[in-house]
Amino acid sequence: MTTLTNEAVTPTQAAPLGRRLAGKAIELGLLPFLLVAMVVVFAAMEPRFLSGENLTNVGRQSVYLLLVTLGQMIVLLCAQLDLSVGSTIALTSVVTALVLSSATEATVATMILAVFAGLGVGLLVGLVNGLAVAFWRVPSFMVTLGTTSLAAGAALLLSNGAPVTGVPLGFSDFLGTGSWLGLPVPLIIALLAALVIYGVLYWTSFGRNIFAVGGNELAATVAGIRVKAVLVAAFVLCSVLTSLAGVLLTARVASGEATLGSSFVLLSIAAAVLGGTSLFGGEGRLGLVILGVVFIGVLNNGMNLLQISSYVQQLVLGAVLISAVALDRLRARVG
Amino acid sequence: MTALLRVESLTKQFPGVLALSDVTLEVDPGEVHVLLGENGAGKSTLIKMLAGLYTPSSGRIVLSGQEVSFATPRDAREAGISTVFQELSLVPTLSVAENLYLGRLPSVGGLVARRRLRELARTALDRVGADIRLNARVSTLPRSAQQLVEIAKGLIGDARLLILDEPTASLGDRESDRLLELVQTLSGHGLGIIYITHRMREIPRVGHQVTVLRDGRRVETLPVTGTGEDRLVELMTGRAQEDLYPSLSRTPGAELLALRNVEGPELHDVSIAVRAGEVVGIAGLLGSGKSSVGRTCFGLDPLQSGSVEIAGKPVKRLGPASAIRRGVVYYPSDRRNQGLALCRPLYANITLGSLRDASASTFGFVNRRRERSVSMSFVERLSIRPGDVGRRTELFSGGNQQKAVLARGLIHDTEVHVFDEPTVGIDVSAKADVYRVMAELAAAGKAVLLISSDLPEVLGMSDRVYVMHEGQVAAHLTGDEITETAVLAKFFGEAATTTPGGPSA
Repeated sequence: MTTLTNEAVTPTQAAPLGRRLAGKAIELGLLPFLLVAMVVVFAAMEPRFLSGENLTNVGRQSVYLLLVTLGQMIVLLCAQLDLSVGSTIALTSVVTALVLSSATEATVATMILAVFAGLGVGLLVGLVNGLAVAFWRVPSFMVTLGTTSLAAGAALLLSNGAPVTGVPLGFSDFLGTGSWLGLPVPLIIALLAALVIYGVLYWTSFGRNIFAVGGNELAATVAGIRVKAVLVAAFVLCSVLTSLAGVLLTARVASGEATLGSSFVLLSIAAAVLGGTSLFGGEGRLGLVILGVVFIGVLNNGMNLLQISSYVQQLVLGAVLISAVALDRLRARVG
Repeated sequence: MTALLRVESLTKQFPGVLALSDVTLEVDPGEVHVLLGENGAGKSTLIKMLAGLYTPSSGRIVLSGQEVSFATPRDAREAGISTVFQELSLVPTLSVAENLYLGRLPSVGGLVARRRLRELARTALDRVGADIRLNARVSTLPRSAQQLVEIAKGLIGDARLLILDEPTASLGDRESDRLLELVQTLSGHGLGIIYITHRMREIPRVGHQVTVLRDGRRVETLPVTGTGEDRLVELMTGRAQEDLYPSLSRTPGAELLALRNVEGPELHDVSIAVRAGEVVGIAGLLGSGKSSVGRTCFGLDPLQSGSVEIAGKPVKRLGPASAIRRGVVYYPSDRRNQGLALCRPLYANITLGSLRDASASTFGFVNRRRERSVSMSFVERLSIRPGDVGRRTELFSGGNQQKAVLARGLIHDTEVHVFDEPTVGIDVSAKADVYRVMAELAAAGKAVLLISSDLPEVLGMSDRVYVMHEGQVAAHLTGDEITETAVLAKFFGEAATTTPGGPSA
């Protein structure tokens, strides 16, 4: 452009360090700072907090939330919402445990079959959610509220409301409490899943399309994106990731429980939003979302160590969630 | 006489950007003061400060001799400055009367005084000469009527200065005319008006003074009388006006896109053809169905009967994705709603849906280096400024946003290009770039369809022109027949005799 512009515009690269740091802070949000502050406080109040054993514990406990949150993030990026993750976990757990217990012998083949049956639950729930949202244009919170009831009902019906026992020891030993190369197996699986989702979101055109659909659905349509297919795929991905968490949880508790997972609805949305995912779609960063999961994991763990009652913990979580959303709005205005 | 409004050395500094620098201007009562400048020249910043949306970094705003400062838009309104922005601030689900008195509904003991409201609303609408049903829901009104409601709303109370930000940008010619008359009437009643427009033809019709802004500074303030369009464009762009419309002798080839007897929700028996190497214009008033032609070619509007033929073959089940695959790209008229994901970086919008054609994806995996380099090459080719492809799209000016939409279509390198209102709300330089691209496409043997409400643009660019009227093709003009009078005559007139027996609504 003309030289006039160059003179009129103060070059940004000359900005002082302080302002550049502030800019970075606005970009990343408060989360990293809050996380560090929280770790410092917990470490000061309870020396056991920083022990290697406890930190491994945090990792172990955060695995399930990480998987569900990955899925929730994908759906949120599309400007949708999945409220059915809780009962998807419940139904997955019951179905997986039923397949395992129905076999007379606990072979590796039955275990693999059980895992796929569990993941199949996710596929099914995701298809129902995605198809209804994409083709009937039903708002996702309504559809997924419906599938919440469907899946919860099915789980209770299949299990007669009682825990499904008979999960073989080998299954829970490996997928529940097992370690490989010094790392808990569930953690390895979750990290692998995160890596795959990272690749999908940032290195494939499908990932680009997810951001575009959430950013402006109409523009994506006009640009030739098959928006309906993207929406269905996003819901299926979310539910399958959730089911993966459900299978791992079943191994962890060594039984099929129709009451499992209800807290994940709130927690997954909280973690994703804490990580800066926009509720209006199209914006979010995987790294920060993982940090959001860690934040909630550390918060839970620290409060447990400090023997804070679970009632108070619920209060704290609610407050954290609301502040996260408020901060997000504030950031949108400043940034 | 004291000026109604005096702006003294007004300056607005944003972090890293000096948006407005030392601008001074005066508006007298009854004066229409035109504000002219390219996108990013500082017009919006200036009026947002007058409307109380931004606080000036330095400088003074003096209203009828008294210095004022506005903390909120409400302060500005109470001081008598009313601003009508391009994005209307009406609640679509409420009635016209409710919208007019939103936030100050007359009430008796907490209940809305309905009769009083109707009387007040009627008076407000009379002031702008609008004959609109008071109980109509705003969402059911055409855009032009909504605009009038917005202006009427702005005039309620003690408005002394009215600011109109491109009020005719989304209006057809007839609606624009009516609006210009209204502006004249209002100024005749002593109202001061600041009028922003990109349409040069409107300036001599309504303006008294014109202030030209460029790069955040005031270039000059001139009386409208005696100032030619060329001079204004020169001041605005900082260089002499070259011929805006590139001229090329073209030799049309095979028919690449055709609509045959198409019936649709807005179209009756429309037949249109575009051949390789030519630019075909579609002119018509708002609601004439001309936009629907473009959308139908791209499968965005349903086809009830008739056929769309691409490269000579009729296409069934047409949709955007399949249209692109078959060789048609469509550049939507409303870039903010249909063109761009504004929260995404610019490169993501340029390569949206076009990664494969940019050879930046194999088996669905993105080659990010290639993606970046392709985006950068289009940034250079279309002179998108600033040339930072990682910047959020909403931070670019309208003209540069439009170029991003262009870039995406060009990546597909298809044979047919359908432009729907490609230059709405963009400045002269950006317009010239858009026209250059169209001419290049035609020269390269592509078929170009240009749908536009901007008549000079249609006349200047097209080899052939179809004029639409009430969903039908009213005329088909070629060569020397393409004149302003010929097109205008068909805008309102009878359907052409060449169009066989379509239902004339």
